[in-house]
Amino acid sequence: MAAPDAPAAARPHVPPAGPKARAPRRKGNPAALLLIAPSIVFMTLLFGWPMVSGILQAFGGPEGLTTANFTRMVQDPYFWSSVGNTLLLIVVMIPIQFVLALAMALLIRAKPRGASAYFYIWAIPLAVSDLAAGLVWLTVFTDRGYLNSLLASWGLQPVSWLAYDNYPSMFATVLIAEVWRATSLVFVIVVAGLQSIPKDYEEAAGVFGASFWNRLWHVTLPLLRPSLQTALILRTILAFQTFAVALALTGQNFPLVVGETYRWYTGLQDPNVASALALVVMAVSMVTAVGYLKLLRDQTEAAR
Amino acid sequence: MSVTAHHDVSRRALLKGGLTVLAAGPVLAACGVNTSGSGGKGSVSFLSTQFAPVEERQKYEATLKKFAGDISVAYNPVDTGVFNTTLKSQLAAGKVEVGIAGGLHGDLAPFASQLEDLSSLMNDLSSAGYSKDVAELAKLGTDVPRYIPWIQATYVLAINKKALQWLPSGADVNKLTYDQYLAWAKAAKDASGRPVFGLPAGPKGLHHRFYQGFLLPSFTGGQITTFRNQDAVNAWTYMRDLWANTNPASTNYDFMQEPLANGEVLVAWDHVARLINAVKDKPDDWQMVPAPSGPKGRGYLLIVGGMAVPKGSPEKDKAFELIKALSKPEAQIETLKSNSFFPVVKTDIGGDLPGGVALEAKAVKAQQEASDALLALPPVGLGDKDPQVSQLFKNCFQEICLNNSDVKATLDRQGAELAKIMDSLNVPCWAPDPKMSPCKVA
Amino acid sequence: MSHATTSRTAAAGAARPEPGVDRRPLARQRRNRVLLQVACILITLFMAVPIYLIALAAMSSRQSLQKFPLSFIPDNFSTDTMQTFLQSTGILGGLINSVQVGVFTLVLSLLIGIPAGYAVARFAFRGREPYQLFLLFTRALPIVVLSVPLAQLFLQTGLYDSVFAVVLLHTALALPTTILITASVFLGVPRDVEEAARIFGCSPLQAFLKVVLPMAVPGIAAASIFTFVMSWNEVLGASILTLNQRTLPAQVLSSLSESPLAYRFAGGFLLVIPALVFIFFMRRYLTNMWGSTIR
Repeated sequence: MAAPDAPAAARPHVPPAGPKARAPRRKGNPAALLLIAPSIVFMTLLFGWPMVSGILQAFGGPEGLTTANFTRMVQDPYFWSSVGNTLLLIVVMIPIQFVLALAMALLIRAKPRGASAYFYIWAIPLAVSDLAAGLVWLTVFTDRGYLNSLLASWGLQPVSWLAYDNYPSMFATVLIAEVWRATSLVFVIVVAGLQSIPKDYEEAAGVFGASFWNRLWHVTLPLLRPSLQTALILRTILAFQTFAVALALTGQNFPLVVGETYRWYTGLQDPNVASALALVVMAVSMVTAVGYLKLLRDQTEAAR
Repeated sequence: MSVTAHHDVSRRALLKGGLTVLAAGPVLAACGVNTSGSGGKGSVSFLSTQFAPVEERQKYEATLKKFAGDISVAYNPVDTGVFNTTLKSQLAAGKVEVGIAGGLHGDLAPFASQLEDLSSLMNDLSSAGYSKDVAELAKLGTDVPRYIPWIQATYVLAINKKALQWLPSGADVNKLTYDQYLAWAKAAKDASGRPVFGLPAGPKGLHHRFYQGFLLPSFTGGQITTFRNQDAVNAWTYMRDLWANTNPASTNYDFMQEPLANGEVLVAWDHVARLINAVKDKPDDWQMVPAPSGPKGRGYLLIVGGMAVPKGSPEKDKAFELIKALSKPEAQIETLKSNSFFPVVKTDIGGDLPGGVALEAKAVKAQQEASDALLALPPVGLGDKDPQVSQLFKNCFQEICLNNSDVKATLDRQGAELAKIMDSLNVPCWAPDPKMSPCKVA
Repeated sequence: MSHATTSRTAAAGAARPEPGVDRRPLARQRRNRVLLQVACILITLFMAVPIYLIALAAMSSRQSLQKFPLSFIPDNFSTDTMQTFLQSTGILGGLINSVQVGVFTLVLSLLIGIPAGYAVARFAFRGREPYQLFLLFTRALPIVVLSVPLAQLFLQTGLYDSVFAVVLLHTALALPTTILITASVFLGVPRDVEEAARIFGCSPLQAFLKVVLPMAVPGIAAASIFTFVMSWNEVLGASILTLNQRTLPAQVLSSLSESPLAYRFAGGFLLVIPALVFIFFMRRYLTNMWGSTIR
């Protein structure tokens, strides 16, 4: 019997037959289409017109379609710093979260005493809304907050962690708060994915003398690829969207693109520029998602 | 076994499941529980941007119940963004469910022409004695009253008595000048080792009102026309000096009552309703005084809130009745006592106010009746450009005080933006600018 | 090396040790277990301390939150702020509405999402990547710019201000997560088991229900947690689609931002509890299959 097709890394690679073999053409599959139809209908009915309306809003002006909103968006003094902050935050935060989440999942898998309790506590930040998370970390980092209280009780000088002229400190506090809040998402997805990896493969590798890191890198991670891909896509898209924590901690001093979207929409009451900003966010998110889908494509799919 | 037969079964089962869920929809629609207190048929839905915090809401709902008689009111305080979206979408869809829209002048301004003409109601309320300025504001730049004045408030200084020891000699704390205020801030900072003066410069803080209604009128005598003249340069240079002696955490303060209460800041300027929680527990520790005066007078800003009726609203008659009931002097004084917003109708406030509110009432009266008082109004007739004009003042603060840019260059830049907006709007000036139509930046 | 081990085991009074037994792996394993616990504890501290702080601040008196330095132990216990919070208008109604929305969203999103996830995992159909991108499309756009058209849509179809409206919106927001996560888990279920079931006489649906679904329970549990928690904490959509029949966050969270600090803590803490309860019940489904062998 052929080995199960999921752990492709373990199966020897069989080149497709034929001199100029390409991946076999995927055909339309009626069963598949039937299964995904409800979701397509649902999303289109609900979001179809609002999306069109929202996208058109970005090009709306007093006299029909225009790109003036994009010009205004770019000329706003906060725009480029918000783009820079968002990109910097994502580039630094996502790898940290993935490494941490993976480490947490592997720790739990090693079944330490109290694993069940640990697992629950590590998943708790999921339950916390980003407004509440911003509030908690604000009271930790604010001038008369918990961190400075701790420093003061040790006799040290309190530090102004959220000062508007201390960029590294602001960045660090937002980073810490976001890592706390959102790593659980990746953690839970990785745990769910690890569940279906049979331990036989790793044990076999271990019997043949593979070290822990070898096993991790060559057996576990490739088997985890679908979960990691999903977690990466979801986490990145959601990372582009969140700003409530940064807003609570730093106000306008650490602008992020979606925070700017909200500010243009509710504060400045200009839905057109807000839509322009939203389109920028969406475009970047989509490009990243496409990138992830292509880079982490499971090789077994090509052979079906 | 035919494979298609099995597919049919599974398809049928899926279809059945889907239809059940869809049929459950209308049932679910009836399942919700009302969350606005009273509500349901025959009640007036009062959507408002005021009195959202937990305690304030409870107190105002008690006030409403007391004075609404047998009209049942569903009071819904929401965030400004939700207020806008709700009104905009309901008006656009032609299915208005909001009975009364209550908000500050700036909240209602974008909806001016979509609010009912309330001239008849205004006539009924002619005995209320609204001041001329307030009645003019109620027109929102159109020819007819669009809202009935509901509440008013202004901004004062709150002083922790501990800070009085550093007051410069010869200064009367009830009649400060801006120079004395700056000297005081410096002395306090030197003595305490850190700045103890504060300003609500957070994202939702009202510091733009300080520049619009207090600083600039006191230094330049105007708000719009004098935006970039030499007096304005002096004003902002002063502001930069003041900022150097102000607690930098102010960029995170939306409401000053918290920093004042926990001692981060000892002296602060803010809206009366955002100061009350700091003083009401121990009024004897605090003093509240009018804002300082500058070369051109003691500029102060008056904020008015109004009750409007969106066009197409249900229960219009009941809404009108409720508005009349809330305009009675007793209701207005009750609002003052419970929520510290001042009456807009001509009435004697009386002396039995709770401690913190009494402090505020004294300061407000002193500010209004000061010999050099200079009334400034919030922008009139700017419609949905109102928030962008406010943002220009905030930008000046950001660039001059936080980024240390050149004052004249910043004012020219922001002034050009302001001029563009004012030119596109073509509206007359409002206090304290001189009467000029259309209003232009010099 | 045997000298050291011999003396150790002799001191312990154990049976005669076999000569040449290498105890180093055991010592190493013990040390690893200790390191494991230490690592777990450190991470737990990081994750749990903020929750402890919310609970602490929610149950302290208002005055104690204004002191400096702040206390780390509950020496100013008071449930005043929580009581006031619980008595404000519409809390109970909001709670009921939120629970209804959460449960119905869960059911609806799983009903629509699981079949789609299965399709994405099992069938290499044309348009599979565009379909996934289509799903992400809606999640990638900040919903704030869709507020007015979305509210208008519900106003015009007469669904405005109802629990059903919020259920529909939340389901749409939950579908991308549900479909992608269940797809990634279905990919881990071996095809052969499914094929074996079919060979033994099950219809495709039965094979799915009896064989594949049980093996995908962790993924479904994960998707359920995300859906329920997302729905529970969602504020903006619920605020614009309802007026008098609000969910708990819509009723409360936006006003919290202007309330005094103590109330924000009380509110934040109380809002977290139901989500915590849900995760508590779902957690065993997430780890019920750990390290099982190939079936």
